[in-house]
Amino acid sequence: MSLSRRDIENIAHLARLGLSDAEVPVYAESLNRIIALVGELDHAATEGVLPMSHPLPGLTQRLRADEVTESDQRELYQRNAAQVMAGLYLVPKVIE
Amino acid sequence: MHSETVAQLQQGLRARKYSAVELTRALLARIESAQPALNAFISIESEAALAAAAVADQRLAAGDAPALTGVPIAHKDIFCAAGSRTTCGSKMLSNFISPYDSTVVARLRAAGAVVLGKTNMDEFAMGSSNETSHFGPVRNPWNLKLVPGGSSGGSAAAVAARLVPAATATDTGGSIRQPAALCGVTGLKPTYGRVSRYGMIAFASSLDQAGVLARTAEDVALLLKPMAGFDPRDSTSVECEVPDYQAALNQPLKGLRIGLLKEFFDQGLDPRIEALLRTALEQLRAQGATLTDVSLPNLPLSVPTYYVVAPAECSSNLARFDGVRFGHRCENPRDLKDLYERSRGEGFGAEVKRRIMTGTYVLSAGYYDAYYLKAQRVRALIAADFERAFSTVDVLIGPTTPTVAFEIGAKTNDPVTMYLNDIYTIGANLAGLPGVSIPCGLVDGLPAGLQIVGPHFSEARLLNVAHRYQQESDWHQRTPEAYR
Repeated sequence: MSLSRRDIENIAHLARLGLSDAEVPVYAESLNRIIALVGELDHAATEGVLPMSHPLPGLTQRLRADEVTESDQRELYQRNAAQVMAGLYLVPKVIE
Repeated sequence: MHSETVAQLQQGLRARKYSAVELTRALLARIESAQPALNAFISIESEAALAAAAVADQRLAAGDAPALTGVPIAHKDIFCAAGSRTTCGSKMLSNFISPYDSTVVARLRAAGAVVLGKTNMDEFAMGSSNETSHFGPVRNPWNLKLVPGGSSGGSAAAVAARLVPAATATDTGGSIRQPAALCGVTGLKPTYGRVSRYGMIAFASSLDQAGVLARTAEDVALLLKPMAGFDPRDSTSVECEVPDYQAALNQPLKGLRIGLLKEFFDQGLDPRIEALLRTALEQLRAQGATLTDVSLPNLPLSVPTYYVVAPAECSSNLARFDGVRFGHRCENPRDLKDLYERSRGEGFGAEVKRRIMTGTYVLSAGYYDAYYLKAQRVRALIAADFERAFSTVDVLIGPTTPTVAFEIGAKTNDPVTMYLNDIYTIGANLAGLPGVSIPCGLVDGLPAGLQIVGPHFSEARLLNVAHRYQQESDWHQRTPEAYR
């Protein structure tokens, strides 16, 4: 199968990536090449093989107790934000 | 001073042959003068480095200095360092000042290392040539027309050009080993979970691992020791004792069982690199190792497996860049959707967007089973191949890359051609295994790399084999002419 211009626009929308009109065909071409490459996986016999869930055998992600471990550093963190007011992050109006 | 290794600098500093400030000044001058040609650094942190060096001199004089006190290093610009700019090679983070330290940065500072700056890299570590950096490509010190490899190209070029004796790096599909090979330096990607990733900007979380680029296996051991070990702040960090890597370096190779990866000698390997590998293998055999051919039948599926798993994880990890809390934000957004789309469209470069879209596609409704689940099944087969091999051999040896360094611009038109650069390195990431690349010769005056892969947590053995090889060869001492 091959991805069309429309498919690329849909994927870009799902990923919230703004693309210019000129970029769309470029990504269509390169994504189609990548999909052809990963299509090689179709030939692998994987019946009965469990999907790998962790790179180290027998291990799973460690969990910790649900306890507060961080102190409040809002001001420090908000120094990297584009727009802040009264300790709040500002975004364009969402509800009219 | 610039030609000394970490081990030599440790001695020189302690013997007061030179002070940490003198050493730092000398290397900062080299970095400044090499920067226009190599572009190996994104940030040069002269002031902070000189202040840290002055403190190091006090500690050396007081006699309470930890192992790396005064040793100058550089960090790949993927590691957060409190109060310093951390860009990850992206326009998205070009003004990001990290509010906290990554564990790697904190531990190396505690060990006494002096940080001279942050090195250039492929954007978000996505690339094999350092051409995707928002800050321009890094050039290979062996020939400025060529790429240094990627994504840790700045760290590799800086070590190769003797700007720093060692630098940190990360490896998701070969990003430490491939540039190590192309720049003629030693690079170790540790076992998944060996080094904490807290504060290391995420690309593909089931593959990413932090490691070291240096000139010798001994120097890698010296940096790995403080970097490695359990960290409660990284949920993938493994509680497993950190061995004395340095003490294991000289262990004799007698009885070492080396497996030669049949699949690596099959496809597209430059015959001149193969000849260098055969010579190196003979040298290891002369030290008492035995050689056996080993086949990993599913290994040729590494690249397609990786290009499902890595983009899928990247599309999820990079969803955090929304233009709201940190990172690039577009001018005058009309509404929230416009804010997201334009901030991300402007902030990310072409390769990052390509991978986000690939990942979004393979995870989208109706395709998840066909791509992502299938790839994770093949990944299990590849990991099982390695496990089977390690029941009969101690380490696997093969080339690091199919060719030596290529020209800047030569592979930028076709992503798939670029992706195939990592054909020999990706397998270790998929299986979570450690791998080291060491220089094993020159082809047309350009370095080639030999790769050693071992079972989980076998870093000490890998560095031992690399060190013993380096005791009997001088390829790791070769220096690009302009940087001697």
